[in-house]
Amino acid sequence: MTDVIRIAAGQGFWGDWLEAPQRQLEGGPIDYLMMDYLAEVTMSIMQKQRSRDPALGYAKDFVPLMRSLMRELVERRIRVTANAGGVNPLACADAVVACAREEGLAGKLCIAIVTGDDMMERLDELLAAGHVFANLDTGEPLTTVRESVQSANAYLGAGPIVEALSRGADIVITGRVTDTALTLAPMIHRFGWDWSDWSKLAAGTVAGHIIECGAQCSGGNCLVDWERIPNLADPGYPIIEASEHGGFVVTKHPGTGGRVSVASVTEQLLYEMGDPTSYITPDCVADFTSIRLRQSAKDRVSVGGVTGGPPTDFLKVSISHSWGYKAIGTLVYAWPDALKKAKKADSILRERLRRLDLEFDQLLTELVGVDATHGRLAGPPNPDIPEVQLRVGVRAKERRPVERFTREIAPLILNGPPSVTGFAGGRPKVEEIVAYWPALIPKREVQARVQILEV
Amino acid sequence: MSFAGRGRRKSNKGAKQSRGRASGRKLQLREIAHARSGDKGDTANIGLIALKPEYYPILEKEVTAARVARHFRGVIKGSVERYELPNLRALNFLLHGALGKGGTLSLKTDAQGKVFSTALLRMEIRIPRGIHVG
Repeated sequence: MTDVIRIAAGQGFWGDWLEAPQRQLEGGPIDYLMMDYLAEVTMSIMQKQRSRDPALGYAKDFVPLMRSLMRELVERRIRVTANAGGVNPLACADAVVACAREEGLAGKLCIAIVTGDDMMERLDELLAAGHVFANLDTGEPLTTVRESVQSANAYLGAGPIVEALSRGADIVITGRVTDTALTLAPMIHRFGWDWSDWSKLAAGTVAGHIIECGAQCSGGNCLVDWERIPNLADPGYPIIEASEHGGFVVTKHPGTGGRVSVASVTEQLLYEMGDPTSYITPDCVADFTSIRLRQSAKDRVSVGGVTGGPPTDFLKVSISHSWGYKAIGTLVYAWPDALKKAKKADSILRERLRRLDLEFDQLLTELVGVDATHGRLAGPPNPDIPEVQLRVGVRAKERRPVERFTREIAPLILNGPPSVTGFAGGRPKVEEIVAYWPALIPKREVQARVQILEV
Repeated sequence: MSFAGRGRRKSNKGAKQSRGRASGRKLQLREIAHARSGDKGDTANIGLIALKPEYYPILEKEVTAARVARHFRGVIKGSVERYELPNLRALNFLLHGALGKGGTLSLKTDAQGKVFSTALLRMEIRIPRGIHVG
């Protein structure tokens, strides 16, 4: 019999369905619970939280979640890989350790943290050594925004997670690692794959990509036949059944809602895809044009044929920096002439803003119900449209013009076009913009660390 | 608008063949394909997937980078690149300058390009004679 491990996705982002991890445990046998919390912007939000309170800066939801699951995790020997640590893996792990002790699990649970991704303290030293951190999108050197940098984290690969598992960790809490590493690492650990067996590493990476967004591969947000995808009130989150030779099956627990089909998996494979022949990770470069999919049974898709090559000498660094401010205000105009009224209100608003002589980097008007999502591709609007939401956004380097803008929306209710409603939220909020700056750093500059915590 | 992208291993193959075929039925891409889109900075990606294997060659021929650039004229600011994944019966398009600076900077409702997918499915193409759709 082939050795198979079952890796279940419990979270696809920070804010995902809180029920999902428990359901992955209840629904049937699994060996690993993989939880992905980190999107590009998440790190900067966590950084901000840590600057206010040094005990924060991680996915707080993770701690109560672990508390409720840990007894069962121990009993069933299910291990967890999660990047819930954000910019403060130690604080996150300390909180989980405290829970474990309170639950009477001292000596029964081994918790590891993976760090070394945080480049913030070494940033100036690295810049001085000649690393420019050129923006991967624009080519600009980081020095142009150095003063406003809030966080800088290298994407670590599967290596340190594999090390943590081999040192006996039941729960591995990481900072910034690639989303796919959380799924790939258990395979390398269990099957002892060689670090130069590129095609197997690529297969594990593809598996990770498929389940890193949770139910988005198992019927959620799936366009094909969406109305007949069963029971999305209770969606089955995906499970990878991985085997030693690199092939794997995407499935979900029996009796759950959603659907695992070639269509649902293909949609997820293409999500956020660049050049499909080179999906670059710290461990390998996977070729998505090699992937073969087959519906092997209901809610089971077999994946094989994956090939890959050696990784590059660089790691991606995710840098966040304060950019400025934005605010978005909305008003709803009702029939008759809803669209005309919304457009009129927009032109009045723009005239008033012009007179105030405010400087914006951008002033954007969208008419929700008419053109907000597809622009002119949506075609001519229905002249009898029942209502239109006027949505106006501004962005500026300075706070003042944005703040002033937020005071210009409400007056329109009484001194602008008629049949207006939908302003219960009050004045729009001024939001700080933390922008994302992708860059590269040579691997030799980054040392991942694994630390085991006593429970 | 330029559609000459920078990426490697992509092509505009098929642009020539699509000309001069006045025959055949016109339909919207949504009848033969599905799609998912996402973002990377100010670039939106759209994965366009044939609903049936026999539709993939039609996508490959008809939905060129140039045609997608024309379709999104006025909606995006930059160029369009196309990559082919015949193994998945899919094409991947990168639409640059699509998201009003992208990520947290964007003021758009669709700041992360989540519904560029269905905007592409609005595109009309001609189905060559002899191919049955439905």
